[in-house]
Amino acid sequence: MSAASSPSTADLVALRLRSGGFDWQSYVLHGAMLLAMLLALGILLVLLADVAVKALPVLTQRPLDFLTSDLSSRPARAGIAQGLVGSLLLVLFVAFLALPIGVGAAVYLEEYARDTPITRFVRTNIRNLAGVPAIVYGLLGLAVFVTLLGLGEILVVGGLTLAILVLPIVVITTSEALRAVPASIREAALGVGATRWETVRNHVVPYAAPGILTGTILSLARAFGETAPLLMVGAVAGTFSVHGGLIEQLTGPYTALPTIVFNWAGQPQDEFRSLTAATIVVLVAVILLVNGTAILLRNRYDRRW
Amino acid sequence: MTRLSALDLRVAPRRRRREAIVRAAFAGTAGLTVVISGAIVLSLVGNAVSFIAQVDLGALWSDGWFPRRGMYDIKTIVAGTLIIASIAMLVAAPLGIATALYLSEYAGRRTRSILKPVLELLAAIPSVVLGFFSLTWISPNLIQALTDAPLFSMASAGIAVGILVTPLVSSVAEDAMHAVPDYLREASYGLGARRRTTSVRVVVPAAVSGIVAALLLGVSRAIGETMIVAIAAGATGGSLFGLNPLEPGQTMTAAMTALAIGSDQVRGAALTFESLFLVGLLLFLMTLALNLASEAFVRRVRRQY
Repeated sequence: MSAASSPSTADLVALRLRSGGFDWQSYVLHGAMLLAMLLALGILLVLLADVAVKALPVLTQRPLDFLTSDLSSRPARAGIAQGLVGSLLLVLFVAFLALPIGVGAAVYLEEYARDTPITRFVRTNIRNLAGVPAIVYGLLGLAVFVTLLGLGEILVVGGLTLAILVLPIVVITTSEALRAVPASIREAALGVGATRWETVRNHVVPYAAPGILTGTILSLARAFGETAPLLMVGAVAGTFSVHGGLIEQLTGPYTALPTIVFNWAGQPQDEFRSLTAATIVVLVAVILLVNGTAILLRNRYDRRW
Repeated sequence: MTRLSALDLRVAPRRRRREAIVRAAFAGTAGLTVVISGAIVLSLVGNAVSFIAQVDLGALWSDGWFPRRGMYDIKTIVAGTLIIASIAMLVAAPLGIATALYLSEYAGRRTRSILKPVLELLAAIPSVVLGFFSLTWISPNLIQALTDAPLFSMASAGIAVGILVTPLVSSVAEDAMHAVPDYLREASYGLGARRRTTSVRVVVPAAVSGIVAALLLGVSRAIGETMIVAIAAGATGGSLFGLNPLEPGQTMTAAMTALAIGSDQVRGAALTFESLFLVGLLLFLMTLALNLASEAFVRRVRRQY
């Protein structure tokens, strides 16, 4: 006689099925997960609210003056004009350097390269580069650009360092976008006699464009908020000239929004708390706006093949 | 009647030349990423070796990290780094995994489509901002409310690092849970299991490699995090060896920024410039090991399903 048909087992099963008792463990698990979720979201809200409240004095009393004034050790006159210009120039620098190189490398790896040990090594290498801490890129910039090439602590060096920092991220996101384009598109183009490059330029890249675009926008936002590497290559607040010519700005000392936040966060006076918070509001507003746009774009053009 | 040969089907010389040029350019950009890795390793190793050659080796194992007094105690900053990373993971592991499980197994389509972007926004907050938040909100409202810790403490910095790492852990862990094939869930439900049992006993064990990968990646990120620690952990100039999380402490990354932005130039004091690179090399090796281990676990998930 097998166990399943023994009366006691059948009774047990029947009892279990009929009872439907209160399963408190399920509720505990569900509750814990909801709590974790709420905590994660709550932190974001508390952070935004806290910073906004602290920033209120500056943002209500002299919003325009704050955006257009130079840095100053006197809280009542300090502003972030230099940080805005510096960050903008840095991001433009990153855009013109990292994007073409990053997209080029991704196109090579996805569209041209055969699966050889060398290609696999390059891929692994790029994934590892993406995991290198930001501050190590700062050391690279310090050793190579500042010291070895003797460029000094100028804006161009900050831009180069940030460009190298986001390069692997651009390659990875672009690769993903290219991989999502089905092979049939390529086969159709190659089948009617297009060369590899013509296929890529006229068919693959246009279909992958939304993905490439969102990925690159996000990496620019990353560069915009990055601080540690800039500190290593000398973005010291104070002497950046917003009034000189472009060449002068590119080859002189510089500062950026996040480094101003860092500098002011270390100031003991209470007035600087409010100034720091106001700078953060500007920084975070730009980043959330850019990220929000990128997420919307992605959801809108998310194509299922 | 003319007969076509393979020669007639060949691409015209001009197109072929352009093809070769484009291909070479793309290959060059991919090769550049390898050059960058090489430059990172060379600049770190080169300067670190020159530091070790010059420094009195006893200075590497003393009572504390005071580079300007010639005391480079490595164990002080490694201990600080590990303490802060542990606190961060105490926050990020439960929050990240619970959030991932909720998003993957419990949340409906609509909830997911709202919660995921919000988590991405949390991930986009720059770390300087979290550093300021840690110093002006977490420390007074959480740590100092419960203990008599000073304003600058490793605990408050560690919690902020945990918040920073949570979205990363949650997104990698969720990808792993998402990759668990539906037939496993269906089989579990078919046997009469509840959603709780299916989630905890089927999905989590099946995704365990990916969850481990997520945690390793989180630790790597926490170790490399710089700005939060530089702002909120205190001990900018130097630190005695200490293991109490309610005291100020020094991490590898914060020690590096303190050296780089110190009032005297980085190159000023005798060996401080070179000492940066020994710390950087150590940090690079630690994060590289964690990233490689994490990737090995991710590969295991892919092979399984």
